[in-house]
Amino acid sequence: MDPYSKRKKELPERPPESTRPSPFPDEVLELVLGLLKSNKDRSSVSLVCKDWYNAESWSRTHVFIGNCYSVSPEIVARRFPKIRSVTLKGKPRFSDFNLVPRNWGADIQSWLVVFASKYPFLEELRLKRMTVTDESLEFLALNFPNFKALSLLSCDGFSTDGLAAIATHCKNLTELDIQENGIDDKSGNWLGCLPENFSSLEVLNFANLNSDVNFDALERLVSRCKSLKVLKVNKNISLEQLQRLLVCTPQLTELGTGSISQELTERQYTELENTFKHCKNLDTLSGLWEVMTPYLPVLYPACTNLTFLNLSYAALQGLELANLLRHCPQLRRLWVLDTVEDKGLEAVGSNCPLLEELRVFPADPFDEEIVHGVTEAGFVAVSYGCRRLHYVLYFCRQMTNAAVATIVQNCPNFTHFRLCIMNPGQPDYMTNEPMDEAFGAVVKTCSKLQRLSVSGLLTDLTFEYVGRYAKNLETLSVAFAGTSDWGMQCVLGGCTKLRKLEIRDCPFGNAALLSGLEKYESMRSLWMSSCNVTMNGCRLLAREMPRLNVEVMKEEGSDDSQADKVYVYRSVAGPRRDAPPSVLTLSGI
Amino acid sequence: MSIPKEHDYIGLSENSPMERISDKLSSSSSSSSTLSTEENSNINKNSLNLKETELRLGLPGSQSPERKPLPGVSLFGKDIDTNTNGYSLSPLKNLVSGAKRGFSDAIDGSSGKWVFSVNNGSDAGLNKGAVLFSPRGDNGNTQKSSVCGPAKKEVVGVITQSPKPVQEKNSQVSGANENNNAPASKAQVVGWPPIRSFRKNTMASNLTKNNEEAEGKSGFGCLYVKVSMDGAPYLRKVDLKTYTNYVELSSALEKMFSCFTIGQCGSHGFPGRDGLSETCLKDLLHGSEYVLTYEDKDGDWMLVGDVPWEMFTDSCRRLRIMKGSEAIGLAPRAMEKCKNRN
Repeated sequence: MDPYSKRKKELPERPPESTRPSPFPDEVLELVLGLLKSNKDRSSVSLVCKDWYNAESWSRTHVFIGNCYSVSPEIVARRFPKIRSVTLKGKPRFSDFNLVPRNWGADIQSWLVVFASKYPFLEELRLKRMTVTDESLEFLALNFPNFKALSLLSCDGFSTDGLAAIATHCKNLTELDIQENGIDDKSGNWLGCLPENFSSLEVLNFANLNSDVNFDALERLVSRCKSLKVLKVNKNISLEQLQRLLVCTPQLTELGTGSISQELTERQYTELENTFKHCKNLDTLSGLWEVMTPYLPVLYPACTNLTFLNLSYAALQGLELANLLRHCPQLRRLWVLDTVEDKGLEAVGSNCPLLEELRVFPADPFDEEIVHGVTEAGFVAVSYGCRRLHYVLYFCRQMTNAAVATIVQNCPNFTHFRLCIMNPGQPDYMTNEPMDEAFGAVVKTCSKLQRLSVSGLLTDLTFEYVGRYAKNLETLSVAFAGTSDWGMQCVLGGCTKLRKLEIRDCPFGNAALLSGLEKYESMRSLWMSSCNVTMNGCRLLAREMPRLNVEVMKEEGSDDSQADKVYVYRSVAGPRRDAPPSVLTLSGI
Repeated sequence: MSIPKEHDYIGLSENSPMERISDKLSSSSSSSSTLSTEENSNINKNSLNLKETELRLGLPGSQSPERKPLPGVSLFGKDIDTNTNGYSLSPLKNLVSGAKRGFSDAIDGSSGKWVFSVNNGSDAGLNKGAVLFSPRGDNGNTQKSSVCGPAKKEVVGVITQSPKPVQEKNSQVSGANENNNAPASKAQVVGWPPIRSFRKNTMASNLTKNNEEAEGKSGFGCLYVKVSMDGAPYLRKVDLKTYTNYVELSSALEKMFSCFTIGQCGSHGFPGRDGLSETCLKDLLHGSEYVLTYEDKDGDWMLVGDVPWEMFTDSCRRLRIMKGSEAIGLAPRAMEKCKNRN
């Protein structure tokens, strides 16, 4: 039955031609709308009128679901019949930091079952913070003959056996992207499960895996796959092996190296240098892992066109970074470890005028003894040299209000400002005052700010500023901050575009929680843990707002009246039925 | 200036100090247990406790009290379980290696003046045992007192009005954390700093490797030791093999840490909050406020300068530049020394 006739049966009868508002036949409308890729545009389009709603539904091939519990797979399938690509996000973000119980949910299986019947031609699945079992991976591999692209980021529940199933059965695989997951690394030869004549791979990322892969199989695979654009290997791949791989893949645009720590003979060094000279198409470089720094120069020829350099697993020193950066004139995004220290960041400021994004991760976050790291000076230095900076993630052990004020004065275009002063509640170390003015400066100056993470000693004043000035703010992360309910109330009342609010260890209670009653339906979710919210407050919220799911995670041994962890989110699917015993669903009561 | 009990970390004021302190540490609660490093009691208490802090030399072969400094563990707290009678050299107990010359004496006669040491001969600086270092930050306000200033080393989950248990929840932590060699002994805040497990584990295993390599390296021509300075926000590493005597070491350290002393001079324009301002930070570089100490192979803290240079480099595990007033136990001995010399 062809799709057109099927649809005629299901839709309400169309009004006669003369009274129809749109002059276009549906087919044309669908063709036109099919060109729309942006989800936001599509949402707008679907609100115009019924015809447009339908046309949009029928022409959409990709759906993004930011909270897997906000909707059910059945509802999705009913609305969008022709989906070929799905992006799903599951657990609250704080699950990355072990704040969410293991068996919390967000299991992909129930989705796959529906998809198998409604979207048998599904091609792409991108999952973030979902639980994915080996059985699910096998189910995926066996039930979707056209399946092409699998991307798993920060997921858990599967092992290399599941990867083997994908490799064995997905004949049309173009993308296998496994990033930062909780994998049960059983080793084994999952890579060797790809058939011998298999050659369609374009993206392969197994940097996350700690076990060895079968190198011979990898080498053969890589030489067969002429379309391979992205190759990110794990740290067990040696320099010599990498060299052999690179010889087969001159067309790579993204490379993740293995460890640069093997002893090389002079001849090997020269060969490697030559190989990298031919990698002129690289725009992304990552990996490095344990680096023997005398060998770093071997990479220089490959860096001419780099726009993204991810050194966040390589403990480089400032000087080494400086030398490397001199060869990266086109750099837009840089991720580093704080081993580079302020000196390294000065080099960033001097060498990367086009830089738009900087992330500085801590090499040794739990060493409470005073250790190396970056300070406010490094950040300030970057801001003087990189005026186009708009995304920053910065872990440090000290900061001042004055420094932040200078930084945003230099770079007023911040869209993402995530500052983590690692000691909770630490004030401005020069003046001993709270860091209120720092974040005040950020929100006052950076009118385009979409995402903000605050830290340090903060009073309600910070949140007054946020509520008053951060009118484009969509995501706010707060930890160990605030003085009273007023702070949270300011945010909920003032940030009109707020979608995600995550709070931990703050003195916000029921009054604050309930002040957002009207607001939560316009948001994706709210997380509050270790605050002063009680069960009664949560029950009240659930009662007043039936279209919100209010879930409380109880901790062992805690007071019965306290709501230790609260997760509130809007949903058209009603309360979920797969919650474990430790998660209380207060909705629908 | 009275110091609130809860912050009297050293516990020299009241009864059963050791028990209280170990209770505090073992509870690892999120109450604002600011472990102030500058916690000193007043003169009276000092004199009362001098007996306790008096160092008794053990004979060769006798046991030092256990001290198990764990990698990455703050100086200030984990060695509380040592007995007070004797050799424990924790700076908290204001003990310094006994019956040995002050470091300044060691370089007497050599050209360089050890800028961090007590003024040569004059122990006036050290008699500032009278000086009280009030804990930094606002004591009374539980919300703010948790961490103030960079010297704070231990943060045990702070600020919230309702203290929440802060122990690592093993049931929630994916097996990933087993590789993390640093934190088991410390009270950490769950999920803080916010870093994904994969990254945490990767860095932790790198760290172990580096440490192992570093230790292995010490026989091979470089000898890196960590140097920390009270009040500095991060520590440095120096290769002891690049110096041939104490003078070179001292000038190198002076250069390295001068930026911090200048920073602190800047901050004492804000009296009241920062206890340091009350102790009149003079010219820190030449002032005599600092003493250089080191931890030896046995885990004991000694004054730098006591032993010949080679012996020092052989046994030194790490260095600490501490405030002179903390090395309070040095005073009487130094005076004795002076007496003996004269």
